[in-house]
Amino acid sequence: MAESKYKIIIGLEIHVHLATKTKMFCGCELVYGGEPNTRVCPVCIGMPGVLPTMNKKAVEFATLAGLALNCEIPSFTKWDRKSYYYPDLPKNYQISQYDLPLCGSGFIEIPLEEGQTKNIRMIRAHLEEDAGKNTHTFGDFSAIDLNRAGSPLLEMVTEPDMNSGKEVRALAVELQRIVRFLGISEGDMQKGHMRFEPNVNLHIPKDGKIYKTPISEVKNLNSFKALERSVTYEARRQYAEFVEFGKTMEMGNKATFGWDDDNQCTVLQREKEEAHDYRYFPDPDLVPVEMSDEWLGEIKSRLCELPLQMQMRFVQDYKLSDYDAGVLTADRQTAEYFDATVKSGVDPKRVCNILTQTGLKLANEAGCKVAELGVSSDGLAELAKMVDASEISASASVTIFEEMTKSKGAPKATAEKLNLIQKSDAGEIESLIDQVIADNPKAVAEATSGSKKAKKSAGFLMGQVMQRSKGQANPKVVSEILNKKLSL
Amino acid sequence: MHELSIIELKDKIAAGEVKSADAVKSVFERIEKHDPVIGAYISTFKEGALKAALDVDERIAAGETVGALAGVPIAVKDNMCVSTGKTTCASKILENFEAPYDGHVIEKLKEADAIIIGKLNMDEFAMGSSCENSALQQTKNPWDVSTVPGGSSGGAAAAVAARMCFGALGSDTGGSIRQPASFCGVVGLKPTYGRVSRYGLVAYGSSLDQIGPLTTTVSDAALMMNVIAGHDKRDSTSISTDVAPVKDYLDGIDQPLDGLKIAVVPELNAGASQQVKDAIEKGLDVYKGLGAEIVEVAMPNVEYAIATYYVIATAEASSNLARFDGVHYGHRTEKPKDYIEVYSKSRAEGFGTEVKRRIMLGTYALSSGYYDAYYLKALKVRNLIRQDFTNAFEKADCLMMPVSPTTAFKIGEKTDDPLEMYMADIYTIAVNLAGIPGISIPCGFDDGGLPIGLQILTEAFTEDRLLRIARMFEKQTEYNTKMPKL
Ligand SMILES: [Zn+2]
Repeated sequence: MAESKYKIIIGLEIHVHLATKTKMFCGCELVYGGEPNTRVCPVCIGMPGVLPTMNKKAVEFATLAGLALNCEIPSFTKWDRKSYYYPDLPKNYQISQYDLPLCGSGFIEIPLEEGQTKNIRMIRAHLEEDAGKNTHTFGDFSAIDLNRAGSPLLEMVTEPDMNSGKEVRALAVELQRIVRFLGISEGDMQKGHMRFEPNVNLHIPKDGKIYKTPISEVKNLNSFKALERSVTYEARRQYAEFVEFGKTMEMGNKATFGWDDDNQCTVLQREKEEAHDYRYFPDPDLVPVEMSDEWLGEIKSRLCELPLQMQMRFVQDYKLSDYDAGVLTADRQTAEYFDATVKSGVDPKRVCNILTQTGLKLANEAGCKVAELGVSSDGLAELAKMVDASEISASASVTIFEEMTKSKGAPKATAEKLNLIQKSDAGEIESLIDQVIADNPKAVAEATSGSKKAKKSAGFLMGQVMQRSKGQANPKVVSEILNKKLSL
Repeated sequence: MHELSIIELKDKIAAGEVKSADAVKSVFERIEKHDPVIGAYISTFKEGALKAALDVDERIAAGETVGALAGVPIAVKDNMCVSTGKTTCASKILENFEAPYDGHVIEKLKEADAIIIGKLNMDEFAMGSSCENSALQQTKNPWDVSTVPGGSSGGAAAAVAARMCFGALGSDTGGSIRQPASFCGVVGLKPTYGRVSRYGLVAYGSSLDQIGPLTTTVSDAALMMNVIAGHDKRDSTSISTDVAPVKDYLDGIDQPLDGLKIAVVPELNAGASQQVKDAIEKGLDVYKGLGAEIVEVAMPNVEYAIATYYVIATAEASSNLARFDGVHYGHRTEKPKDYIEVYSKSRAEGFGTEVKRRIMLGTYALSSGYYDAYYLKALKVRNLIRQDFTNAFEKADCLMMPVSPTTAFKIGEKTDDPLEMYMADIYTIAVNLAGIPGISIPCGFDDGGLPIGLQILTEAFTEDRLLRIARMFEKQTEYNTKMPKL
């Protein structure tokens, strides 16, 4: 297998669209899509004479992300102009951050298999405004849509600390979960809320030396699958190129690729690393951002427990499987709903089952979060307690939960309405058992014979009792009395 | 009527003695008569102005309260965006540009019920000090039409001097209000950076640009400041009124400052022509006669102001003017070969020589490998220059010096030597780098009858004191009442 012959080195450049109400430097409402050039104002289209004003919320969102990624948050940052001529950039410069980004170095902890984690170092994260979009479907002309221009973008850069497509994907998924937890981005890959650009190369040990292949930057990946596959593909391609042509970094250190999803391969876009001179300089139209301790403290207070920490806590404290804990921490509302329910002292596994067996499915169908289905965490806790107290069966709890989302009734009332309250009255159950024993002498004989069929027959008798009780008898009580009667 | 000051006119209009509509008509009669020679206006809004004037007259007749400039015809430099016409910046590239919005000062003028009558010529994108860089027309100095009116707000100064408006708004990046005011014998005030919002001013050097009034009297400048000064949340560099409250600049303007201490910089003044030096001396004598004390100060870093300015202003300009590319804004070349040519040809065809020169200078200064040596160094020197002013203001209430080393020069006289033209801005440029307010007031005439200006500077956000000091002089002299013979 080729993998053992080299080490893949991957760093990521990530763009996250922040979900602020308005754009980065103007008052335009931040809504994606729309008729071209309708969601614009003089400021975001760079009209002569206009001036930008900073969206404080975007700075707070970016800082929140930085805090979640354990980044240093400097007390002084500024805005710089990055100059380049491109039709989708109306001012021909982009307001960005050059040498003093909002977030300094940090790290993100990503989950690997079997509860293992790995820290990937972050180099920096900075805020900038997005450009518009060029389209080339008008014959001789190109058209430019500036609806997106001026949207707040958080650009993050990691150290090349990832060593497989799986790790890259894990980081992407984890980052999506984090930005959603923090409520700073919808993180929808398909809508372009998150864009990933991996830088991939190989370290190949040979003849006592380490050979480094040229770095490939893969642009504009908009799904986790494409991200993972492009990295894996690049590794194989680079290795083949090394084997065949001996291609190493000395022969051109960087090239840009696109991803062809139809053919599942990367496509070379630019071979030479262009020597761009962006002529950065501080934007004289904006004042520097001074992050006071007070402001930072206020932002910190909005930080929540991060998804991975929560997931690991659910495994540790609630004894959930890593998988279930992962499912329940996919979004913050569900995780907190589950957590709040469990904290009232019910069996976590019981709550987990209700949610994973029906809650998440119902939420998905309704297009909302499970917490929004109309069952309060108190109601869910009460329902779970009824199972613990054998007032209802575990399977009934799922049915009751579903009914509660419709009728919004209390668990007990709903259980009664559905006739799902278990009967535990020993006398009543005993008479049912007596009837079943009288009606099934053959099975009774087999059950008490100690033969191979004994277990099966006992089960049959148990089933008969349950059937006659219309499922309402408490199985524990039935089994106790039945065993006693059969002297098992 | 054209001899009235803004204050006199607005009082008469408010009192019903004069109709705003008549003031507008009278102004347009003068424009139609004299502007074919002077060339101050790039565009006029006669119809709209008359309509607005009639509206003000009606409201006054109905006893309604009206604004501080109600009915007064005012003109603005053609780099301030108006929603009712073109904003050309005197450039071919923006010859047909119509902004869909009013800049902050335009809004303020309208709120004050001023009548905006037209847009004034300037050096292209405010780059120049003679209006010779206008790509559209040459404005002439009303005092001698063979000389320049100064620049870049040359159209504004000429229009005020020729009484083709009662007051005007210009912009000052390196002296562009004060120098033409000096050349044309009118009052020109550059407020403190941040005092007046730049929203709607087509940027040249963003960290230096500031809008201010050109008028025939100091009190008129104060009144216009009352209208345009203040915080604007759309301009992040506009100062919060908590930090620097806006004052009523007319309040106490006639009250002289007791024990006024004036600082002069002898080695700086030495560079001016004898006639200018004499006029400044005579001006200082007027203050001495009022009991002022003169102290000499040194400003060792001011000699680097021109070099510093031409790095910072051009760097900012190279970026600010990048948007005029034929794609979104500005003239587009016909038949470009590819999109690169849309940029290169549109810009080559649209920009004038001086603008190109400054874009190239600025681009160079910001280029990788040169940034530290030029731009960063310039920012450091800028701080030293600021410090020179701070030191001077520790010793005196204000600084006084010439505005320009000479009076207005002949059209075409200096166009072959841009460097000589740059050097003539020595008295005004440092003021923009320091961000402090400065005013030019008429203080004499040379042998040829051309006006000379006295420049007064005070600390940041003390326009109230600056105007009072200027008014002390104006009360004692009659230079500002003289009018050019047209
Ligand atoms: Zn906008």
